[in-house]
Amino acid sequence: MSQAPTPLSQVIIRFAGDSGDGIQATGAMFSHDSAVLGHDISTLPDFPAEIRAPAGTIAGLSSFQLNFSSRRVHTPGDAPDVLVAMNPAAVKAHLKDLVPGGTVILNEDAFTEQNLKLAGLEQDPREDGTLDAYRVHKAPVTTMTAEALKELALTPQQALLCKNMYTLGLVCWLFDRDTAFVEELINARFGKKAPVLLQANTLALHAGYNFAETTEMFDSRYRVEKAELPPGRYRRISGNTATALGLVAAAQTSQRQLMYCTYPITPASDILHELAKLRHMGVIAGQTEDEIAAMGAAVGAAYGGSLAVTGTSGPGVALKSEAIGLAVMTELPVVIINVQRGGPSTGLPTKTEQADLLQAMYGRNGECPLVVVAPESPGDCFTMAMEACRLAMKYMTPVFFLSDGYIANGSEPWQVPDVKQLPYIVKANHTDVDNFQAYQRDPETLARPWAVPGTPGLEHRIGGLEKENGSGNVNQEPQNHELMVHLREQKIAGIADDISELEVHGKPKGRLLVLGWGGTAGAIRAAVEEAWAKGLDVSCAHLRYINPFPKNLGEVLSNFDQVLIPEINQGQLRLLVRAKYLVDAVGLNKVQGQPFNTAEISAKIQQCLSENLPQTAA
Amino acid sequence: MSEAQVLQIQDSSIGVQDYQKEDFASDQTPRWCPGCGDYSILAQLQRVMPQICADTNTPKENMVFISGIGCSSRFPYYMNTYGFHSIHGRAPTLALGLQVSRPELMTWVITGDGDSLSIGGNHLMHCLRRNLNVKILLFNNRIYGLTKGQYSPTSELGKRTKSSPLGSVARPLNPISIALASQATFVARAIDRDPKLLQEVLLQAAQHKGSAIVEIYQNCNIFNDGAFADFAEKKVRAEQTVKLQHGQPLVFGKQKDKAVVFDKNLQPQVVNLADIDETDILKHDAHSHNPALSYALSQLDYPEFPVPVGVFRAVEAPTYEQRVHQQVVDAKAQQPNADLQQLLEAGDTWTVSE
Repeated sequence: MSQAPTPLSQVIIRFAGDSGDGIQATGAMFSHDSAVLGHDISTLPDFPAEIRAPAGTIAGLSSFQLNFSSRRVHTPGDAPDVLVAMNPAAVKAHLKDLVPGGTVILNEDAFTEQNLKLAGLEQDPREDGTLDAYRVHKAPVTTMTAEALKELALTPQQALLCKNMYTLGLVCWLFDRDTAFVEELINARFGKKAPVLLQANTLALHAGYNFAETTEMFDSRYRVEKAELPPGRYRRISGNTATALGLVAAAQTSQRQLMYCTYPITPASDILHELAKLRHMGVIAGQTEDEIAAMGAAVGAAYGGSLAVTGTSGPGVALKSEAIGLAVMTELPVVIINVQRGGPSTGLPTKTEQADLLQAMYGRNGECPLVVVAPESPGDCFTMAMEACRLAMKYMTPVFFLSDGYIANGSEPWQVPDVKQLPYIVKANHTDVDNFQAYQRDPETLARPWAVPGTPGLEHRIGGLEKENGSGNVNQEPQNHELMVHLREQKIAGIADDISELEVHGKPKGRLLVLGWGGTAGAIRAAVEEAWAKGLDVSCAHLRYINPFPKNLGEVLSNFDQVLIPEINQGQLRLLVRAKYLVDAVGLNKVQGQPFNTAEISAKIQQCLSENLPQTAA
Repeated sequence: MSEAQVLQIQDSSIGVQDYQKEDFASDQTPRWCPGCGDYSILAQLQRVMPQICADTNTPKENMVFISGIGCSSRFPYYMNTYGFHSIHGRAPTLALGLQVSRPELMTWVITGDGDSLSIGGNHLMHCLRRNLNVKILLFNNRIYGLTKGQYSPTSELGKRTKSSPLGSVARPLNPISIALASQATFVARAIDRDPKLLQEVLLQAAQHKGSAIVEIYQNCNIFNDGAFADFAEKKVRAEQTVKLQHGQPLVFGKQKDKAVVFDKNLQPQVVNLADIDETDILKHDAHSHNPALSYALSQLDYPEFPVPVGVFRAVEAPTYEQRVHQQVVDAKAQQPNADLQQLLEAGDTWTVSE
């Protein structure tokens, strides 16, 4: 029995079951456990839009994929090695993604006639050959969980909610881990509020572990070693949490009140939930009556001198457009977070996409420029949230922060910064009475003064009508309007001197550059590293500033024969790059509500390189 | 406000007791049409501003006027205070963000019947139910003036305008009733051409802690001239309006010979004082937490009844800002010494050693 565990450098495991089965909690706990054990991790939660879709159906499925490794990982993995399927629907929907010869762990109790029917299956996949190509392990999860908890004062339904812990116990054994840390997590969650649930979940966890150990359901165990992460203090963080923390850090380092004004919308609501817990740190996070009120409140708060932020998704940005235009015209600092999701319209609320770039760039009436930044990973949300706040206040402009469902809900290890090392940005309110005009401009930044109500002697009026440059009086004169349009444009363009240049990974010159933005960073990086292993001439670069672009972008593009831009949209960055740099960039466009597979980008890289022979063959 | 912000505010050079009405006039000449009721409202407000500042201990720099879009909404440009001419219907949303973050300011929302009850209806309702500490002046001219003469949500049924040549087919909203249904803690009505009443009401609104909404019947002499003439003109006012004052009987008429009473089915009636017993004279109660009487009064309209003017309701309740900031205070007391480094490390953490 006690064979040595088989060493593996990486495992990709996907948990799938009813959205009421605790799949997300199981996945999150296992991810956390993996991170604490020292693996590099990347996660992909995938859940339906409905709160509780009909149990047993395909529509009701929720899944969670984790890639844990002793090497650096960039993505949650293209195809799982292990599928944990809690019901027949999970097998039906997810089996096709499993690697050939991969492992399936089934809850055999869930394979009832009724469940087969709900999943739309005519025959039982355990019997009809569907699973022949895989290594299948069955466990009576439901009955064993009920049995383990029969002495406790729980209803049958409550007991069965612990199935996911039983499964987690099985999986812990499979990967040669003890259950100690998971028990700590269970205690943290239930210890104080519900001791009977603490007991139940712990018993279920042990029961699953013991079942795996005793019954030899698995013929071997596996072990993944620790990854080599730089020394320091780490935490597992999701993009939304990192965004919230970045805002709090920006408020502290700029010594301003954080006013987070928002309306709940998937997948951005968690930012509100995080910030709402921080009243004790003086953070005011409020829920307004609608999306428009959220942006209006942010404008009002910025007018009063606060660090004003609003957060939403695509449909909310659409509603806010007029108020964003007001912020551009009144030149007030507001950070607008868009956690992008599948569109158009209501679209796919819980699926990822990055198709709101052109909306951020142009979705307002008139010539209405503003800053657009985009984090590239969950941890980068912290850094770019701080950057968005810095740029908004320094340049007196709204700033779009384009996150997406994939990095917002996904997680990775994040090295916790030392607060004392964070840049302190203290921008003063204007108080000089003798030297004040509402629209006089700082010669370097072109920003107007931040003169807030309550400051004696600076009483002035602002608003949405066009202004005379300098005085800020309402002015409709032709030359002034054109001047103001130019100035608003130049103010944003000038920011290129104040942001970091674009870094290229790989050779600085070559045949092919893969250029991306937002949540595609991991998949692009993984694909390019795979290409290097094959000796291919390809480099990659990832934009975190999109308006303005980094000032060396043109030069970078000119150093490559071809530019490939993979995007989860129909080519929005591609359109901007082509228009500005007259580069014949090629796109790889996937719009399925899913992130890229590394394999998809690898295939395209190969295609680009084989189709396009070098220009100078002499 | 952060400490940095507080430290940067200099002392006001004029004491709050020493303002003159001229201090509140900006250098911009108003561009409303000659004869517009807005001139009167501007004049009365500027006239009472010094007393408001003195009574509420508010320095001029703490006054903010936020407007939406409409003729009403040009108002901030003519006041020598901080002002924000924002977007249609959304002034209460800016006021929300401003007031919650800067509760020491005195924020006025200047709006109109279209701005506040058409596009802005939702925000108005929520502002009032929150009891945000703002003074809302609703210039009701029962028409869309700025866009040159379409009907508004307060235009009477059958109103013929450029956009309703065959007559409007929707019943109008009653701003006072809407305000009361939204739980507004101060609700009043005034008339542009009754300066004394207007000043009185503005003063009381300014002193109120919480949302104070004042509907001001304002004559648009270009697109809806005479909309209120039947009861608002000086010569008919005494007979056609009833002044509401807390604790005072609902008596009206040039000779103070008529009263408004409600029968046992809560149906209103106009009676001659001579015909009723003194004990049956109804006294106005503006302070009741039950708004039923105020609501019933809000339904009285010309010609069957005298139009009520003055203060319908004035009750005390915690403001939104107070509740929010109390939560911050309580939360800080529960979890003192909160630290950013601690917060960053609060999740699932581990250490990778050298």
